[in-house]
Amino acid sequence: MKIISSETHFDFMGKIKITIAISGLMILVGLASIVMSGGLKYGIDFSGGTLVQLQFKTPPNIEEIRGGLKSIGLGESTIQEFGTKRDILIRVQRSEEKLEAVGSKIRNSLGEKFNKQDITVERVEMVGPKVGSDLREKALLSILYAVIGIVIYISWRFELRYAAAAIIALVHDVLVTMGAFSLFDKEFTLVIVAAFLTIIGYSLNDTIVVFDRIRENLRRKGKNTLAQTINVSINQTLSRTLLTSGTTLLVVLSLFFFGGEIIHDFSFALLVGVLVGTYSSIFIASVFLVFLDSRRRA
Amino acid sequence: MYKDLKWKIPLILSVLLGAVWLSYPLKEKIALGLDLQGGMHLVLEVKVEKAVEASLDRLADDIKRDITEEDLEVDRVKVIFSTRQVNIRMVDNLDLPPVKTILGNYPFFSMVSEDSDGLGLVYQMSLDQVKQIEQNAVSQGLETIRNRVDQFGVSEPTIQAQGENRILVQLPGVKDPERAINLIGKTARLEFKLLDEENSLQKALAGDIDEESEILNQRIVDKETGAVTKEPFLLRKRTVLTGETLTGAEVRFDSDFNEPYVALNFNSVGAMIFQQVTRENIKKRLAIVLDDNVYSAPVIQDEIAGGRAQITGRFTSEEARDLAIILRAGALPAPVIILENRTVGPSLGQDSINKGITSIIYGGLVVVAFIAIYYKLSGIIAVIALFLNIVLLAGALAYFGAALTLPGIAGIILTVGMAIDANVLVFERIREELRIGKTVRAAIDAGFSKAFRTIVDANITTFIAAVVLFQFGTGPIKGFAITLCIGIAASMFTAVFVSRAIFDGTMSQRKLDKLSI
Repeated sequence: MKIISSETHFDFMGKIKITIAISGLMILVGLASIVMSGGLKYGIDFSGGTLVQLQFKTPPNIEEIRGGLKSIGLGESTIQEFGTKRDILIRVQRSEEKLEAVGSKIRNSLGEKFNKQDITVERVEMVGPKVGSDLREKALLSILYAVIGIVIYISWRFELRYAAAAIIALVHDVLVTMGAFSLFDKEFTLVIVAAFLTIIGYSLNDTIVVFDRIRENLRRKGKNTLAQTINVSINQTLSRTLLTSGTTLLVVLSLFFFGGEIIHDFSFALLVGVLVGTYSSIFIASVFLVFLDSRRRA
Repeated sequence: MYKDLKWKIPLILSVLLGAVWLSYPLKEKIALGLDLQGGMHLVLEVKVEKAVEASLDRLADDIKRDITEEDLEVDRVKVIFSTRQVNIRMVDNLDLPPVKTILGNYPFFSMVSEDSDGLGLVYQMSLDQVKQIEQNAVSQGLETIRNRVDQFGVSEPTIQAQGENRILVQLPGVKDPERAINLIGKTARLEFKLLDEENSLQKALAGDIDEESEILNQRIVDKETGAVTKEPFLLRKRTVLTGETLTGAEVRFDSDFNEPYVALNFNSVGAMIFQQVTRENIKKRLAIVLDDNVYSAPVIQDEIAGGRAQITGRFTSEEARDLAIILRAGALPAPVIILENRTVGPSLGQDSINKGITSIIYGGLVVVAFIAIYYKLSGIIAVIALFLNIVLLAGALAYFGAALTLPGIAGIILTVGMAIDANVLVFERIREELRIGKTVRAAIDAGFSKAFRTIVDANITTFIAAVVLFQFGTGPIKGFAITLCIGIAASMFTAVFVSRAIFDGTMSQRKLDKLSI
């Protein structure tokens, strides 16, 4: 069985202008969204704060919850449904450093309007501001170290310009995914950073398969220009690229739909990342490889 | 032909059996992270500066006592916390040289200056000593918390120092987080202080307070409404006895009202002091203060010998039990604050497990069906390799004792996707080789050998990212990183080594002139 015919001759390199425009647009829209919403939206891991997930026996009225929270001075909290109408997520900017169990404090504050027995504290996450900034630093460092490690590896296995092109594709993927996060009003948390690092790894996986073929084809040098060789290489690997992206996409979709609310944003990041990563290894990485090559010759 | 199958097949079988042996039964062999089994993850900061302050206070008292014992007249000994200094003021300037001699017994204090009027000396604590006190505060705090948790009864708790002044506490499956926090975080500084009955409480509340006295409150919680009221007490600042001399604390029940109280036992030093204090202060009130909260302030009826006392305070029996645990385990050398708290209830954890497994099954089924249809018989080989991959992953998780977390389950799902990738690379290569007219045998050889390098290169970048994640990540993320690392390694083994062996094994049985791929 075949989905992609074995001998494709798409002219990928001829569509450079279109792909650059599409990518540019995606990145611009994303960045604009980030700027308009006043920067990236940090989750409590990075900004510090408290998050309490409650489960009610019957769907509660959110305004009544707010009333209860006001009585303990937490009226400013964000209250939202989490997956179902019975699951409620409460976010408080402040983090209590005192030895108080926020979860039960909130639960007690709801005692007037609701029967306390009907409320279960499912999850409490409290991150103090100090830990928040520590984690922010850690997250940034981890992305930095991963990128450095990958650049060293690719420059060793290939040439520096391959590494440069791969990194551009990778930055492209991260920017687009970040933009998508901002557009869909999702928060950055530690788990999302993990998803981003995975996207970085995955995006490179595809890129390297294409690069590997380019290198192989360059060795049996014909009359072809670099651009033509790259085009042939992309066509040769196209079937594989789409197939594996397809299967990975299938499993990520399964995670997205069945994995539950807690891991929803994580699977969303992977979903966008896999799509964009596939696109960029076909269009972006190779375009820049040609571009960097022409600069070198000029 | 295919001689190496002779060792490859036994090797694969033993790896498979080993993995099964390591991971069976799954429920017992694979540890679950706190996010899946429910539990509490706390990062505490030890306020080490408070331990330094307390130490300076104590030393100032000692210095004052030493000087007085030499029959010299002290004006005052003042502690300046911000600069770690002690200012000793004398009445007569002739007393300064003997004071200097006395301070010679405190090697970690060095003189920094002499007051211009010739009546005072300023000593400073060395930074080494400060560091020492801080380190002790953390290590003693760790020990105390470990004692408390042990007595509280949590299975497999993790309690370890983190960084310079942090303590990580993980309590899997803890049922009552609020109680656990109270138990772990209370400083439990027990002090006995006499009431200041010479001055009026009203005046003191208005601000007219004796230098030697202080106001502390008794917190009274109404059991019905949960409302908290505070009753102020005017106490002498001086602590007559602390919890350091305690040898035991246990819950007893009052014979009249059946109300629980905590019975205390002091060691001989404590007993002696207690006897002396009670003898000298009959008919006066003695307050029992825990962490600056007054628990009770009974009137001393008679001299108390034998080193026994009790704390009453309208406790529930659970509160009394926890208080006894805390007092037995001893006070924290410095207060702690909670920097991070992540608590997951057991039902949410189970829910996450169910959903994770559901998504693995659905995702896996779709991929397996797709690959089997797309690559026919060769696809079936890939599917066998995939199953083996998951078995290996489970075996490795059990072997490394790595906890499975919710992101870890996501890592397994991703591994399924990536393991297929390696097979697809090989199969597509074989198809290409067949198209250019190679024989089945040659195409398989070429396909595997050409795809091999690509597979390694492509997987190593993800591997690098995963290793970095492992280094930097905490808790659930570490779980994700480790499943990803193991998954990548296992998928390279199964897709390249195992699939190849199955192909070769099939080829050795009969000569194929057509490959189902």
